[in-house]
Amino acid sequence: MNGKFDIHRTPALANLERRLFLKRGLSLGALAMLTGCDITDQESVQRILLNMSRWNDGVQQWLFNPNRLAPEFPESRITKPFPFNAYYGEDEVREVDGASYKLELAGMIRDRKPWTLAELYALPQVSQVTRHICVEGWSAIGKWNGVRFSDFLARIGADTTAKYVGFQCADDYYGSIDMATALHPQTILALGYADETLPPKYGYPMKLRVPTKLGFKNPKHIAAIFVTNEYPGGYWEDKGYNWFSGS
Amino acid sequence: MQTILIHPLVVRITHWINVLAVLIMITSGWQIYNASPLFPFDFPSSITLGGWLAGALQWHFAGMWLFVLNGLVYLVYGIASGHFRRKLLPISPRAVLHDVGEALRGRLAHEDLSVYNAAQRAAYLALIIALVVMVASGLAIWKPVQFQSLAALMGDYEGARYIHFFAMAAIAGIVLVHVAMVMLVPRTFPTMFTGRFRRA
Repeated sequence: MNGKFDIHRTPALANLERRLFLKRGLSLGALAMLTGCDITDQESVQRILLNMSRWNDGVQQWLFNPNRLAPEFPESRITKPFPFNAYYGEDEVREVDGASYKLELAGMIRDRKPWTLAELYALPQVSQVTRHICVEGWSAIGKWNGVRFSDFLARIGADTTAKYVGFQCADDYYGSIDMATALHPQTILALGYADETLPPKYGYPMKLRVPTKLGFKNPKHIAAIFVTNEYPGGYWEDKGYNWFSGS
Repeated sequence: MQTILIHPLVVRITHWINVLAVLIMITSGWQIYNASPLFPFDFPSSITLGGWLAGALQWHFAGMWLFVLNGLVYLVYGIASGHFRRKLLPISPRAVLHDVGEALRGRLAHEDLSVYNAAQRAAYLALIIALVVMVASGLAIWKPVQFQSLAALMGDYEGARYIHFFAMAAIAGIVLVHVAMVMLVPRTFPTMFTGRFRRA
């Protein structure tokens, strides 16, 4: 069992589980307090809506073409300034110390040695000018530089037959994507924005850039990456947003 | 007295399912719009569905299946049975203008409920087209990468948002007129349940 399942022993994941447990407790409490006057909050309606959301995950997985590229734009189309967005305000952006930063790896990965920032910068870099689409509806075009995620997954010996890749972030955000999207050629571990070091507000030192998914599927300040077959959920997904959220 | 069938069963069933589906789509759509308004106004939350963005998105992406599947049944039936051809054609701009003018002056008669006047034909055709545009622009917003040629046709992701909004406005406008007309000619109302009307 020790190969695949010691995912549960990493501190980042223990943390994540604690938080998930707390949140479930909280939402049960919230559910108990509801008066049921809003049709959306009724348990049977909730169940139908969540089942439909799961069904839509499957439909989107089926619609996802691993070879179809998101449109790329000339640099003149870049949105300036590129908007800041997070579950907290811009004055609460976390400062991560790059010198002591270590990217942790866990789960179904052969080589789980942590990565320093210098090692990540030394990997072959790519760039893209793509449209970031927020679940709220707005969109903005930006330029990201970084490491092709499929290359990185190959380098660390990730089991790419697994279902999910999960992310644990330094700002207590967490999320997960399907393996097919993780292996998409435009999915990158972004270390830079507009040819400069990724600034704190865009997720220093590293964020996931997925132009085939909505913005909240692009976690910032990534501290740990894990590969798993167990559905990891995500910060917003656990609050009701559709998990796949593909574009 | 002669009782004739003016609304076939398929039309009656799909009509009422569509009422429910469009109501879900529009009210949840307003809540989604409020998360990032295109214009300097938003919709009062008392007339929106879902409570907040995630709830509204759940309704919208569940409701879309009801709306699209029901719409497909209606379109296939309408085309294959000749229902559209019989009820909505022929139609000419001149006749539409004439009948709309008459309607505005309160002179347009709708005695024979089995035959639509030109204003009705235009309104129902426009509604069908608006609903189709709604689906196309909706797909472009939902899947601007997977359906990128459709999205390009809709003016890309951002263009599709505006088309989606204006198609909604057109549908809401036509529905308002439609409901007002039913209230002005109330004997049309029961026919959408029974399908029948008695011609004197």
